[in-house]
Amino acid sequence: MQYLHRKSLASVMGLAALITIAGCHKKTPPPPPPPPPTVSAPAPTADVAVTPSAINPGDSAVLTWKTANATDVSIEGIGQVATTGTMNVKPTESTNYHLVARGDGGSTDATARLTVNAPQAPAASNLNESDMDDSLFHQNVQDVFYDYDAYEIRPDAAPVIAKDAAFLSQHTGIKVVIGGYCDERGSTEYNLSLGENRANAAKQALVNAGVSPDRLRTVSYGKEKQFCTEHTEECWQQNRRAQFSVDR
Amino acid sequence: MTISKKQEILTQRCFLFFAAIFIFGSLQLAHAQDWVRTGTNLGATKIRLAAASFKPTSNDPQNGILKNAFDTTLFDDLSNAGIFDMVSKSMAPPLMPGSPQEISLPQWAAAPSNADMVVFGSIGVADGKVTVYGYLFDAKNQQTPQILGKQYSDNASVDNARAIAHRFADEIILRLGGIAGICETKIYFVSFRTGNKEIWVMDYDGQNEHQVTHLGSISLSPRVSPDNSRVAFSSLAKNGWSIRMYSLLLNRMVNFNSPGGTTISPAWSSDGTKLAFSSSRDGDSEIYTTNADGAGLHRLTAFRGPDVSPVWNPKTNSQIAWVSGRTGLPHIYTMDSDGANVQRLTDGGYATSPSWSPNGQFLAFAWNRKYGPGAPGGQDIYIMDIASKRWTQLTHDSGHNDFPSWSPDGRHLVFQREDGGATQLWTMLADGTEQHALTHGSSNTMPNWSWK
Repeated sequence: MQYLHRKSLASVMGLAALITIAGCHKKTPPPPPPPPPTVSAPAPTADVAVTPSAINPGDSAVLTWKTANATDVSIEGIGQVATTGTMNVKPTESTNYHLVARGDGGSTDATARLTVNAPQAPAASNLNESDMDDSLFHQNVQDVFYDYDAYEIRPDAAPVIAKDAAFLSQHTGIKVVIGGYCDERGSTEYNLSLGENRANAAKQALVNAGVSPDRLRTVSYGKEKQFCTEHTEECWQQNRRAQFSVDR
Repeated sequence: MTISKKQEILTQRCFLFFAAIFIFGSLQLAHAQDWVRTGTNLGATKIRLAAASFKPTSNDPQNGILKNAFDTTLFDDLSNAGIFDMVSKSMAPPLMPGSPQEISLPQWAAAPSNADMVVFGSIGVADGKVTVYGYLFDAKNQQTPQILGKQYSDNASVDNARAIAHRFADEIILRLGGIAGICETKIYFVSFRTGNKEIWVMDYDGQNEHQVTHLGSISLSPRVSPDNSRVAFSSLAKNGWSIRMYSLLLNRMVNFNSPGGTTISPAWSSDGTKLAFSSSRDGDSEIYTTNADGAGLHRLTAFRGPDVSPVWNPKTNSQIAWVSGRTGLPHIYTMDSDGANVQRLTDGGYATSPSWSPNGQFLAFAWNRKYGPGAPGGQDIYIMDIASKRWTQLTHDSGHNDFPSWSPDGRHLVFQREDGGATQLWTMLADGTEQHALTHGSSNTMPNWSWK
C-alpha cells in the first residue's frame, strides 16, 4: 500500500516535472526588465463611464473605461481588465463599477453607477419583426453621423450606438439593414465605397456592443440617395450617415 | 475752366483705357502660364481637307433628308478627328461634284479653300435603298489624284445614312491619319431620363441614343467588353451592389458570378479575359480580379479604407491603376496586376476616376487639387504621364468634371461635366481643346468609350 502510494506520488511528480520542462521549452518568459526608478513615473489617471446610466431590468449597458500610465487595471466585480476598453454589462440590480488603476506612479480609482430601474412591464419589449413599426424603430434605433470624408464612429455617436445596441439586444427578433450614405460632393464610385465603409463601421460598433452580426446587413447608397438637397454644411452633415432600418 | 475739366476727363479715360489694356494683357499672360498644353501630333501641320456637299442622284423625296444627315455627319466626323484643318463650308467652291469626271481639282486647290485633299461623291435613294459613292482626292496631285473610292449601300434611313458617313469618315481618317478612326465607336453611359439610373448607349457624336437596361433600380459604371459583346456594370438590388452583365448580342441580362458585399466599378482587361472590380466581400472594400465569368476570384489589395475604380493598363494588362482612400482623401495608385509594386501617383487634393490611355502612357483622371470643406474651385480632368508623373490640366473653371474615358484612338476623351445645372456628357481632344457637349437634357453621367 505504502509502496503503491509512493509510486503514484513519484509518477505524479515526474509528470509535473515533464510538464514544467515542456512548458519552459515552449515559451521561455524573458526575465522582467528591472522596474524603472519610481521617482519619475507619472501618476496613473482613470476614467470610467457607463451609458446609459439607467436601464430597465434585462437591458444591457455599455461600460467604457480609459486609463493612462497604469500597468494593472481592475474593476470590482469584473476583475482584471485591459488599460482601455469597452464591455457590455447586464446587471440585475443597480451597480457601482469601481475601477482601480495601479501604475508605477501610484494608484487611482474611478466609479460609475448604473441604476437598474424597478421592474415594470415595458411596452416595447415583446415586439418582433412583424409588428415593429418603422417610426417606433427609428425612435429607438437612431442613425449615426460621420465626419467629412471619414468613416470612423465619432465620439458623439458612441452613446447613440450604445442605445441602439441596447434596444436591439432587447428585441432579438428584429434584423437590421444598415445603409451607408455620403454627401453630394466627391465622385460617385468613391462615395459608394466610402458609404460601404460607413455602414460597416456602424455594423462593427453594434457587433462590439453585443449585437449578433447575423442580424446585421449593410448596403451602401453612396451619394445616390440624399436626405437633404441643399448645398450647405448642415445638409451635407445630414447626408453623411449610417441609417438603421428593419430588414424585412 | 471747362477746357481743363474736359482735359481731365480725357486723361481719366486714357488712363482707364490703358489700365484696361494692361489688366487684360496680364490676364492673358496668366492664362498662358497656367494652361500648358501637351498632346500628340502638335508639331505636325494638319492636312487641309475640304468636304464637298454630296450630289443627290435621285428625285426620291427621302433623298434630301438623307443627304443632309450624311453631309452633316461626314463633315462633323472629319472635324472631330482633330487631325484636319477643315475648309469651312463658306470657303469651299459652290460645287457638288458627284463623280471623278465632274470634279475640277484646281478650283479646290486655289484660294480661298486652299485644300490639300477633297472629299466628294454622290448619294441616291432608290427602291428603299440608299447608295453612296465616296471619293478622296489629292488636290495637289493632278496626275493620279484618287486616294480612296468607296461604294456603300443599305436600307434607306437617316440612321443608315449617318452610319455610312461614319464608315467613310473612318476610311479617310485611317488613310490620312494612320490610326483607325473612332466614328463607328459607341459611348455607354448612365442616364436618369426614365426616372431611374439606367445604362444607355449612343454614337460617339451623341446621336442615336438607346436605352440598354430596364432594371428600374440604380445602375452605374457601365464598361463595355473589348469585343463589344457585353456590358458590365454595377447595380443596386435588395442585397446591395453587385456586378451585372448585359449581353449586346442576346439583348438581355446574362449571368455573372458577382461576389457578395458592395461590389462595384468593373473594368475589362483589354484582351477581354479578365475583370477587375471593387468588393467589400471581406468587410473592407478591396480590389479583386476574376475571369470574365466571375470565376477565379483573386484579391489584390489589403489595406483599410476604400479601394475602388480599378482600370487595367490596356497595352500590357500587367498593371492596374485604381483609387484608394488608405491615407484619407482618395488618390490614384498603380500596382502590378498581382498586387505588387504599389505606387501613388497624385500628391494631394482629391483624385478619382482613372482611365488608362490605349497606348499605356497616360492616365486621365478627375482631380480637385484644392479639395476641402468650403474650398473654392471645381474638379477638373487631368492627364498624367505615368513614367514621369508629370501632369497637365485639361479643363478649367467649368464646374465639376469627372469620369474621363479615352477613345480607342487615344486622341479624344469623353467625360461628365456639372456646371450649375444637370450633369451632361462632354468630349474634347486629349489636349483639352474642342470641348463640346454630347448630351442635353435630364442627367447623363459616367461615360465609357467602346474599344472599337
